[in-house]
Amino acid sequence: MTTTHHSEKTQLLNLLWACQDAKGFISNQDIFDIAAKLDVSAIEVEGVCTFYHFFHRKPAGKYIIYLNNSILSELKGYSAIRKALEQATGGHWGGVDSTGQFGLFDTSCIGLSDQEPAMLINFYPFVKVTPERVFQLISALRAGASLAELADTVEDHLRYVPPGDRAIFFRDFAPGRALQRLTTISPQQVIDEIREAHLLGMGGAFFPTADKWQICRNNPGEQHYLVCNADEGEPGTFKDRVLMNRLPELLIEGMLIGGYAIGAAEGIIYLRAEYRYLLPRLEAAIATYKQLGWLGQPTPAKEPYTFDIRIQMGAGAYVCGEETALLDSLMGKRGEPWPKVFFPVERGYLGQPTSVNNVETLCAAARIIELGAKAFRSLGTPGSPGTKLLSVAGDCRFPGIYEIEWGMTVGELLGFCGAEDPYFIQVSGPSGICVPAAEQSRCICSEDLLCGGSVMVFNTQRDLLQVMINFTEFFKKESCGVCTPCRAGNFILGRKLDLLKRGLARPADLEEIRQWGQLLGVASRCGLGKASAHALINAMQKFPAYFQQRVRAKGREKGFDLDRALGDYREAVEQTS
Amino acid sequence: MKKIVNFTIDGKPCQAPEGENLVKAAAANGIKIPSLCYYEHIDPPLGTCRVCMVKVDKKAFAACTIKAKEGMQVEFDVPELNDARKAMVEMMFAEGNHFCPACEKSGDCDLQGLGYRLGVTISRFPHLFLNRFIDYRPKRIVVEHNRCILCRRCVEEVNTKDGFPVFSFLNRGASTEVRVDYDQEAKLDEEEAIKAMHLCPTGAILVRGKTQPRPRGERKYDLQDAGQTVTTPKAGMAPLKGQPKKVIATTSLAGCFGCHMSLLDIDEELMDVIEVVDISKSPLTDIKKFTRRCDVGIIEGGCCNDENIEVLKAFRANCDVLVALGECAIWGGLPAMRNFVPLEECLNEAYGHATSDLEQGKVIPHHVDLPELLDRVYGCNELVEIDYYIPGCPPDASHIWKVLKNILFGADYSIIKSEFKYD
Ligand SMILES: Cc1cc2nc3c(=O)[nH]c(=O)nc-3n(C[C@H](O)[C@H](O)[C@H](O)COP(=O)(O)O)c2cc1C
Ligand code: SF4
Ligand code: SF4
Ligand code: SF4
Ligand code: FES
Repeated sequence: MTTTHHSEKTQLLNLLWACQDAKGFISNQDIFDIAAKLDVSAIEVEGVCTFYHFFHRKPAGKYIIYLNNSILSELKGYSAIRKALEQATGGHWGGVDSTGQFGLFDTSCIGLSDQEPAMLINFYPFVKVTPERVFQLISALRAGASLAELADTVEDHLRYVPPGDRAIFFRDFAPGRALQRLTTISPQQVIDEIREAHLLGMGGAFFPTADKWQICRNNPGEQHYLVCNADEGEPGTFKDRVLMNRLPELLIEGMLIGGYAIGAAEGIIYLRAEYRYLLPRLEAAIATYKQLGWLGQPTPAKEPYTFDIRIQMGAGAYVCGEETALLDSLMGKRGEPWPKVFFPVERGYLGQPTSVNNVETLCAAARIIELGAKAFRSLGTPGSPGTKLLSVAGDCRFPGIYEIEWGMTVGELLGFCGAEDPYFIQVSGPSGICVPAAEQSRCICSEDLLCGGSVMVFNTQRDLLQVMINFTEFFKKESCGVCTPCRAGNFILGRKLDLLKRGLARPADLEEIRQWGQLLGVASRCGLGKASAHALINAMQKFPAYFQQRVRAKGREKGFDLDRALGDYREAVEQTS
Repeated sequence: MKKIVNFTIDGKPCQAPEGENLVKAAAANGIKIPSLCYYEHIDPPLGTCRVCMVKVDKKAFAACTIKAKEGMQVEFDVPELNDARKAMVEMMFAEGNHFCPACEKSGDCDLQGLGYRLGVTISRFPHLFLNRFIDYRPKRIVVEHNRCILCRRCVEEVNTKDGFPVFSFLNRGASTEVRVDYDQEAKLDEEEAIKAMHLCPTGAILVRGKTQPRPRGERKYDLQDAGQTVTTPKAGMAPLKGQPKKVIATTSLAGCFGCHMSLLDIDEELMDVIEVVDISKSPLTDIKKFTRRCDVGIIEGGCCNDENIEVLKAFRANCDVLVALGECAIWGGLPAMRNFVPLEECLNEAYGHATSDLEQGKVIPHHVDLPELLDRVYGCNELVEIDYYIPGCPPDASHIWKVLKNILFGADYSIIKSEFKYD
């Protein structure tokens, strides 16, 4: 296939968005038209369209309402809001009301965990929603009020920065200060500085950024690409949202620095659609740097360098945060992680060497160039220098963003955030691990407890099983579906957990859950599946007594709810006699 | 010529051209790594089914996504990986709806063949019984979604002459499915359609009016290594002591008595068996109640009503060892075909429409003496612990008796491939 064909195809998501935005859904005719325009099979377009849950194939309403169904939303009133929405609109969940006005849908975490329950209406944010507010909103919309006016301003809730001059991200910022250094150093010197700072990727895999950039730079290609991963989908994480809202310029500088380091001419921000309201901020920042002479024209960097940045919006799929799925999504495909026969730094976007970096990583890189590797290295721990942004939410008085120096203990963090009667914290989201609050002295750093950004606090009133069921449901929905263990395995684990919930499980079931969970870790193709039973196995390890209690052991008969199994028959008989 | 590299599989020295796919490289060195989605011409490999799991330098990978490299150390035949690969096959059986006796591809199906090879007698995972459909809309082919393992081969390989893909995946997560582009499919000629049918490792792609080239019983996996032993899970039961004559009980729950027929299929040998075995409660003897403790209970059929459950529980209480005989007992089998249709719809179809012109309107039979129907058909192990599973629809007679003699008298045995069947 020719490159032009390739690059046309990369427009697929945008073409689908245009239809979705115009009519609230994507019709059969749209699918055929797009297929004809791109000269591909209609079924390919349909395959892409149905992969992303913000694309609808049926009319989804003038106002499409997405209520977050993550565990934190669930604990802060999801079901009451859902009920209120159904009552206020007269619609049913998962569909549109009879007037075609309001569509009511679930969505995975929308990055507003510190202000739950939260929802999006046509991608305008609404936070700390109450049932009363729902009724007001719906009648206001019926009366013709504008969403832009009704929508909430999303608070940053920046709660903590290291004392003294030790903050890296949230310190004073002057546009161009970091870039100034590019006028004096070569791309290789940038990489060397980043290496000296020992910067680790903040997207969750903690791969040394300098190594990634070096390999990418060294790999030959017609073109190199820098992709900023702003898909922030791990439930409970919202640090990238705050960075982009507060310091979008810092991100642009980070991208300029990364692009210079790897020899890229183009940078792409892959922004999750849940953060559409950040688009104006980011676009303004890009415009600023165009004006400053750093984007879209030869820059004043020491070596010849021209760079530009565009933004690609996702369309609702957690797995697209995985870098190879993200690249496929950028190329207008279904976001399926690759089988890893090669890596993005070898063959990435359009087959060219590509570096995918998290928002926070790029911002940190900009600060390292600004402040110098030494300053960065003097903070944190030897294995993880610098600071880290934690998104803290759940059962605590001060949910929000904590810029901590790596090395803070769990106890300190719980103290700062005003954790109330904590039972455990879930570190790094559903893909992460569960740490009992009793493990106060655990140290958040690469030597002990790494954290990708999400910290969810659960108090002693919370039901561990409810949390685990929510996580499993999340993976079941968000799995890309391409490999057996993750696609079918999470479904199967969900059934098992249901047995546990209904009090029908036996001790052997616990052992099976553990074994099957491990199997997902061994056999899944990408990090999503590999980590999907992580939290569950971990929770069973940390709280064995809790799980034992849930088990009803009884001889060689299995737990079975006969009345439930006979319910359908009895109902059918009753209706006819 | 590509450079030849040296590596090991389970310590055995192997050689292959550098960069060769590990599944192929292993085969050339006499080691057959199970595979399903792997298809030599597709590069990069699909890596979807995960039945080829190995470890390379201590890390788990799908072998089909690994290239031969100098010095790499591959682990293959070790308990953890053998179990993981088998589990993947079992998971596919639990996820789809595989009624082998009713499947056109039976005998030529790679999934089934792998089940035989790995000695899968039951899926350790609960059957999901997802309601999948059969797509009759395409011009030449029919897509039987119940049997699709989402290997992705058709998506990558089936294209029209002018280069358009015919298949694509749709949806995501647990709802992922493969779909046909009807317009593109209409461009395929018969030969291309047949090629697609053979490309599919299971019986999910069929071509109208075409059958498998060979008759049942003479197909690929009927014949391949027919004399080779299958490693099946052993009952691991010590021979039961005490009674001079062993006592067996049998029952047919939601089954067709076919398994009982197979039980009798050992012909004259039956006479010898009767010498050493008493048959207690069983349709064969017409003894209706348990009058004494039994060594072995043989269950045919799954549970479709409350009476089945009662009988099954009585068997569990009165027998030391329970054997699930045949696919219906193991996971529901053919009667479980109703599991995709809500019970109310089944009843309406059977009684409602048939009797609706009668004066009293539709009547669903119900009476205190009649069993009540369950919402779906259940495999026996969803209700009680089962000690041993004998697959087949019906199972092979000599397979049954080898197992029984082992349980009753500790007689050693091995099952050969021709005695191991799902159809
Ligand atoms: C299921 C899954 C989801 C991910 N989601 C994100 C994400 O939302 N944001 C992100 O930066 N990285 C995410 N990652 C990690 C990326 O694959 C990749 O490692 C990262 O973007 C690299 O950037 P870094 O080196 O700067 O961390 C995810 C990984 C997996 C397996
Ligand atoms: S592990 Fe899950 S998300 Fe990853 S490739 Fe497999 S199905 Fe897709
Ligand atoms: S023969 Fe294969 S495809 Fe057909 S039902 Fe059996 S396992 Fe499934
Ligand atoms: S139809 Fe056949 S070839 Fe296509 S994905 Fe399903 S099993 Fe694989
Ligand atoms: S054969 Fe390797 S993953 Fe399917």
